[in-house]
Amino acid sequence: MTPQIEIKDLHKSFGKLEVLKGISLEIEKGQVVCVIGPSGSGKSTLLRCINRLEEPTSGEIIVDNMVITDPATDINKVRQNIGMVFQQFNLFPHLSSKQNIMMAPLELKLKTKQEADQKALELLERVGLAEKAEAMPRQLSGGQQQRIAIARALAMEPDIMLFDEPTSALDPEMVGEVLAVMKELAAMGMTMVVVTHEMGFARDVADRVIFMDEGIIMEEAPPQEMFKNPTHPRTMEFLNKILSGK
Amino acid sequence: MELGKVFIEVYPLLLKGLWITLEVTALSLLFAFILGLCSCFMGLSTKAPLRWISKIYVGLIRGTPLLVQVFYVYFAVPQLLQAMGVDVRFTPFLAGLVTLTLNAGAYMSEIFRGAINAVSTGQMEAARSLGLSHFQGTRKVVLPQALRICLPSLVNQFIITLKDSSIISVIGLADIMYQAKIYVGRSMEAFATYTWVALFYFVVIALLTQVAKKVERRVNV
Repeated sequence: MTPQIEIKDLHKSFGKLEVLKGISLEIEKGQVVCVIGPSGSGKSTLLRCINRLEEPTSGEIIVDNMVITDPATDINKVRQNIGMVFQQFNLFPHLSSKQNIMMAPLELKLKTKQEADQKALELLERVGLAEKAEAMPRQLSGGQQQRIAIARALAMEPDIMLFDEPTSALDPEMVGEVLAVMKELAAMGMTMVVVTHEMGFARDVADRVIFMDEGIIMEEAPPQEMFKNPTHPRTMEFLNKILSGK
Repeated sequence: MELGKVFIEVYPLLLKGLWITLEVTALSLLFAFILGLCSCFMGLSTKAPLRWISKIYVGLIRGTPLLVQVFYVYFAVPQLLQAMGVDVRFTPFLAGLVTLTLNAGAYMSEIFRGAINAVSTGQMEAARSLGLSHFQGTRKVVLPQALRICLPSLVNQFIITLKDSSIISVIGLADIMYQAKIYVGRSMEAFATYTWVALFYFVVIALLTQVAKKVERRVNV
């Protein structure tokens, strides 16, 4: 079986600064992969290359058999199938929760108004915010906003979801509600790539954990192995720091 | 110096002038809005020649007085065209309209640019991540927010253009200011007349400001 996401020798530089120094990675359909590592290690850049929010400097990324690094690929079409959730939520502040969720399917003419409405209500129900359909983003807590943002991404019915530190901007008591939605998503078989500092989530939900440092993948293992017996000294150092901090 | 007597005489004239003032201001603001948006998007374009055109346009307008611009459009351009064998003559109204449009368009271009830059990049990224094109993201996500952000500056520009339109009277556009000058020339009642003119502008602008505030409040809900 060909992997759903295939990354081959990916490099990315911002000016003189090389952030990704040759990343190769394969992710199977339905897998949940957590990417951990210190800040500045290139985790978010890697994630943002997968839907080409960042233009890779060199290397190849293949998603669902489409070479997305090929300039001839219709990136807008590819992105419809790759949902993304941002650290800062990035909800559209001028639209209500429901309008946030309906906007893309309507604008891209994938659904009629009625279908989009139906789907939005269904998704609001699923993330536990049915009563907030008409609320504006600024009337919602951070955790609620992030759940709406997840629903918005799901409205496009993607096969893959990318999460860029989805709980890092949240107050501690709101982290749980967002992780719960993500866990449910994982259980339903969604392919997920999650950049996170939530080691508990990585341990419970991930099929694989990837430790990145200085622009390369230092270590890659199932969570039990990674957290119990890390092999690389940098991984041990990082995990010690993170886990003792809690 | 009889304010009351002068008012009775000058009021119908100013009212006639007011209509012209509002007409030339409203039309030029409408065209300037479109011109400003075009120039703004050219300025934000990835294509360098388009950016240059926008930059040169805004720079020229900002770097020259409005009075010079009026004279240029009304006297200089027709002469140039005539030398090239094209017989064109602008009416004062048309020349005023063109000048105010070009003038306000440049300032609006800068207002729009600032507002678009004030919308966080995360907004466009969220739109693009859902599969929207750059154009769709601009139209559905960035512009609605940018217009809210720039509304106060836009209202300010409306008021500036309304007041600036009084300068067009120098080429004979029969606006409020023009009517006043004619009347003063005839009656020598400078104090009373110009007091009423100032009040006229003041009241019109106060009314417009109230309307703008209502609109702002509605949009910000």
